Amino acid sequence: MSTPPIDREPIESYEITGKRTKELTRRQIKKARITGIVMFALAAVVMFFLAPAAAGTSTFGLSFAEESIQLPPLSVPSQGSLWVLAMVLGFLGASQFFRGFQSKTTVILGIAFAVFVFSLMVWATAGEEFSLISMLVSTIARATPIALGALSGILCERSGVVNIGIEGMLLGGAFTGVVMGSLLGGWVGLLAATVTGGVLALLLAVLAVNFRVDQIIIGVVINILVLGLTSFLTAQVLVKNPQFNDAPIFQAIKIPVLGDIPIVGPMFFDQTIIVYGMFILIASVTFLLFRTRWGLRTRSVGENPKAADSLGIKVAKVRYLAVIYGGMVGGFAGAWFTLGTVGRFDEGMTGGRGFIGLAAMIVGGWNPVGAFFAALIFGFSDSLQQKFAVIETPIPGEFLAMAPYLVTIIIVAGLVGRARPPAADGQPYEKE
Amino acid sequence: MELELRGITKRFPGVLANDDVNLTARSGKVLALIGENGAGKSTLMNVLSGLYHPDQGEILIDGVVHQFPGPGAAIAAGIGMVHQHFMLIPVFSVFENVVLGVEPTKAGGLMDRKKARSEVKEISSKYGLAVDPDAMVESLPVGIQQRVEIIKVLLRGAQILVFDEPTAVLTPQEVEEFFGIVAELKARGATIIFITHKLKEALAIADDITVLRDGKVVGNADPKTATPEDLAEMMVGRPIDLVVDKTESILGEPVLELVNVTVTDDFGRPYLSGVSFQVSAGEIVGIAGIQGNGQTELVKVITGMMSLADGTVSFKGVDISDFSPRRRHAAGIAHVPEDRNEMGMVGSFTVAENLILDSYYSEPFSKGGRLQRTDIAASAIGLVAAYDVRPPLIENTGSALSGGNAQKMIVAREFSRDVPMLVCAQPTRGIDVGSIEYIHDQIMRKRHEGKAILIVSTELDEIFALSDRILVLFDGKVVAERRPADTTPAEIGLFMAGKST
Amino acid sequence: MTTTTVKGTESPEPKPSRSFLQQLTTGTDWKSAALIPALAVLTALIIGVIIIMLTGSSFGDAMTAYWALLQGSVGSLKAISETLTAATPLILAGLSVAIAFRAGLFNIGTEGQLLMGGMFAVWAGFTFVGLPFYIHLPLALLAGVVGGAIWGFIPGFLKAKTGAHEVITTIMLNYIALRLVDFLLKTEIFQREGRNDPVSKTVEASAQLPLLLGWINPGLRVHLGLIVALAAAAFIHWLLFRTTTGFEFRAVGANPKAAQYAGMSITKTYVLVMVIGGALAGLAGAGQVLGVLDRATPGFSSGLGFDAIAVALLGRSNPWGVVAAAVLFGGLSAGGQQMQVSADVGIDLISVIQALIIIFVAAPALISAIYRLKAPVASTQISKGWGS
Repeated sequence: MSTPPIDREPIESYEITGKRTKELTRRQIKKARITGIVMFALAAVVMFFLAPAAAGTSTFGLSFAEESIQLPPLSVPSQGSLWVLAMVLGFLGASQFFRGFQSKTTVILGIAFAVFVFSLMVWATAGEEFSLISMLVSTIARATPIALGALSGILCERSGVVNIGIEGMLLGGAFTGVVMGSLLGGWVGLLAATVTGGVLALLLAVLAVNFRVDQIIIGVVINILVLGLTSFLTAQVLVKNPQFNDAPIFQAIKIPVLGDIPIVGPMFFDQTIIVYGMFILIASVTFLLFRTRWGLRTRSVGENPKAADSLGIKVAKVRYLAVIYGGMVGGFAGAWFTLGTVGRFDEGMTGGRGFIGLAAMIVGGWNPVGAFFAALIFGFSDSLQQKFAVIETPIPGEFLAMAPYLVTIIIVAGLVGRARPPAADGQPYEKE
Repeated sequence: MELELRGITKRFPGVLANDDVNLTARSGKVLALIGENGAGKSTLMNVLSGLYHPDQGEILIDGVVHQFPGPGAAIAAGIGMVHQHFMLIPVFSVFENVVLGVEPTKAGGLMDRKKARSEVKEISSKYGLAVDPDAMVESLPVGIQQRVEIIKVLLRGAQILVFDEPTAVLTPQEVEEFFGIVAELKARGATIIFITHKLKEALAIADDITVLRDGKVVGNADPKTATPEDLAEMMVGRPIDLVVDKTESILGEPVLELVNVTVTDDFGRPYLSGVSFQVSAGEIVGIAGIQGNGQTELVKVITGMMSLADGTVSFKGVDISDFSPRRRHAAGIAHVPEDRNEMGMVGSFTVAENLILDSYYSEPFSKGGRLQRTDIAASAIGLVAAYDVRPPLIENTGSALSGGNAQKMIVAREFSRDVPMLVCAQPTRGIDVGSIEYIHDQIMRKRHEGKAILIVSTELDEIFALSDRILVLFDGKVVAERRPADTTPAEIGLFMAGKST
Repeated sequence: MTTTTVKGTESPEPKPSRSFLQQLTTGTDWKSAALIPALAVLTALIIGVIIIMLTGSSFGDAMTAYWALLQGSVGSLKAISETLTAATPLILAGLSVAIAFRAGLFNIGTEGQLLMGGMFAVWAGFTFVGLPFYIHLPLALLAGVVGGAIWGFIPGFLKAKTGAHEVITTIMLNYIALRLVDFLLKTEIFQREGRNDPVSKTVEASAQLPLLLGWINPGLRVHLGLIVALAAAAFIHWLLFRTTTGFEFRAVGANPKAAQYAGMSITKTYVLVMVIGGALAGLAGAGQVLGVLDRATPGFSSGLGFDAIAVALLGRSNPWGVVAAAVLFGGLSAGGQQMQVSADVGIDLISVIQALIIIFVAAPALISAIYRLKAPVASTQISKGWGS
């Protein structure tokens, strides 16, 4: 038996490293080419489809009439702006194609999509006036149930319980919110909505923690159950007694001074109690999860329940609490649909916002602040489609209505692989 | 503190895991609890740590009976467990892991992070357990993670420390360091229980030895007088011979050749860099190394589960770098995966189905996409008998088999194909001695048949027993190549820890 | 494979808790196969009584409602025909969910796939004129299969390529399909001449599924689709348990990692199983428009996709179990119509009862606890969180 040579020439391994770097660059180049072509395509759409059809000027309102400080509306010549925007997109595409932005590619791609969306807005409002400020305000409002839904999911999943039933919690909260709100006033309605979410979460907790039922099944069941129950009760009770389905709506409360700041004021400081509640909850849950004993224990149970158990932490109790808190946030969010907007309940009125909240949770990396920003993207697309529908763009309304769902798919497909869920998410813990 | 167990009995459905176990651990001494896999050691320790409740028996500390409704009670009584699979949360920092459950807090449940850090630092300087309190646990080497576990139990005031197979994941040098830590703890009066199946280590460190077999205490031994052979016989119940008969074999043509194999993760960090070696017909090449140094990835590139960033993998002179796992399997590479439950079998499938898991698509098991159930059953009955899978029921589900028998089932599936190349990753991890002997014999038989065999194992003894050549993998590189006759476990251990040739 | 039980302990051998799929393949004892589902249905019906009474009705009213439910489902030949008519799409859609379960995927997109299949089938049904029925009908059914398959391919592909969780993508695709149907029904291609509301042209007689019992009474609506559905169940059973493709589906579903190590392609399996699932759902949609409705209207799927999840769970993802569960749910649905008409109890109660049935079927321990049965059956487990 002969011994094969053991020692390798050092120069050889040096070359290997060099080759590997080159290999990676080649992969990056390919990616850069593809994203570059995407940007070119967007530029072409703006240049050849949008610009020719855009005559006159596009006017964007930046202040509401009743505001004390008025900003002049932003007016731009539609066609000219679109040409400029197309050139920006083309430039980004070309740089990306030939040079590549490497690590900044995702950011640049995001900017390109933002430019494209702005182009769409310019095109849609050609020759018309469009209240940008009202769209921004409604972006925040529409992001609210999504952000709260995401927060509900985060609370549950950080403790290791997957919550697909957010949609049902929203719907349940919306229903009891309006009924109790009609009978006893908005505040009682809000409380009832929160409690409803908590009760549904209790069902999730019992089945997930004690009976160790598949958590995705429980979530789906909660959704079907609440949809059926609320529809049944609407038909049996609310239709015959319309006075139960006529709740007062929470009015926007303007915060002195801050509310007068142009743009920022109406967006953040002149909203309903539910929107303020969302901001407070996002901030406080972030603090609680990452700075307190409760948060450390909750996260430990979501990551490695056995380790937590071995240190004397009561896994079941921690999960119960987190899930119930999550459910309460979901129920509170549900009140937005009735008490925060129209004051009446319609069957299935949450329209998948709970699932979009779930997507926001994933995109936000199971982090409340991240989920809030993700919710803003969905809120924006939701708000945009509403405004476009109002100003009667040539795009059919049905397609506009698809926008939030399409955006969800694109973002989830683009990001979910990189997001890292809590390690024990969805796994029942069995002691013996 | 002195710990005494009296008549501990613990049953699981169908298994009597502990049967009337009595033992005593003395204050300031090390008790080694030895027994082979499945003897009931870990169950006993889970009883001790409050994770399991014994069906019968009692636990006495300094003569006082204690009952542990949960782990919290055991901790309060001064018992600290260092589990074989560390009970750490990888995405938490060291201090977060250490204080979890006993967090210092300010008003309103707010974590006092400063105090938590200083508590960790205090313990680590007191016992010489250096570790950065702010480091993420997942970024630490295994040896350091073990220190975190030890700090964790010390912080809780543990006087009785239980180590479950603490050396399984350590290099020989780390084992030395660990023994140093144990000596320090002993000197401070701690009671140490050291669970292991490594007899030499038990003899080296223990003051008392208790042997478990089939859930029962079969005897005690004095480490000053006992020999490894005595202990092995007590442990297994019959004389055993773990030395594999190795005759010179005729080295044939190279079968597998790796040239400059480089593999990276998504961010371009290398798992393997510039790995080159050959495996020839009739030869066993053993890959030694601490877990996480690229062994898993090495097996993956050979079996096609991972693509190369650079280099080539050739099989019988053909570049197979771009072959799918299926093509490589068909070309003649058999593979016993490192984790039988996760990768090697489908627990809910029957033994018959598991035996065709990777050849179900080929004749005679499938014709025109239709499964041939008679042929599948006939082949399964033959294999179960030939490879001593017990019980020999082909309609049983895979998960109903014991670890050793499940492993034999996988070996049967892979070894029954007459192919030139066998890749065996951790072929005997966590199985009983009888099965280990059996599988080692099968591997040697394949060597005599002139197959090329690659063994990846973290058990250095196994590498030495089987290999014709040993390669040491460290940080994704082959750092040494030795023949077993020309080296010692100590030298290989140094290479495993990163010493270069 | 999902519980973090006694990993690392020596004895007993770390035994993964009995998975959902394991129960499906090994759960042949009568308790899990028949008794638990029967008690689940009974318990759900009892809770239904409580819900009816909570809305202000008396116990007598509730019994009247249930009598109507029974009459409307099995009380007459007409009722049985209605039950089977309602069961037909549920069998196909239930198979769609079941086959995905088998491969470890949660296809909540049956609703959208069914809609798309129906639209394709309707289009084929009214576009080709003058074809003999033996060409036109299979063509229209095939169109439905293609439509559903396309809509199933999308989440399968996204899952395989990007890891996007199918629960989210399929739900989003349901909403998109609903909007797309609304849009298409207003286009010239689909909209019926002279109508402003979204309703499609009528399917040619040559593409309509013939009635099975029309020779007794033309009002008996049960149609050839039932036979198609039963044939599909037989086919799926054969596919799952007698072919290499089914072997791959089941292996990937039970242990994807082991399947991968055995040389199977997870991505290919995900795409293929979603395409087949979509095709089955599309066939369900085609059956509805060609056999019952003769046209498409907005939301003609009417929640069948969600009922299908219940059917698949109740049938334990076994093709013949799915058939049995679909007949039961068909009966609930047909009887529910009768209940709404003659007892003024809203049909939405049926979905509440269905949801309760799933809870009890998924958590047999709950049923065992209520009825003090010994040895509860393990709970169902199919998913592994987001990481799967």
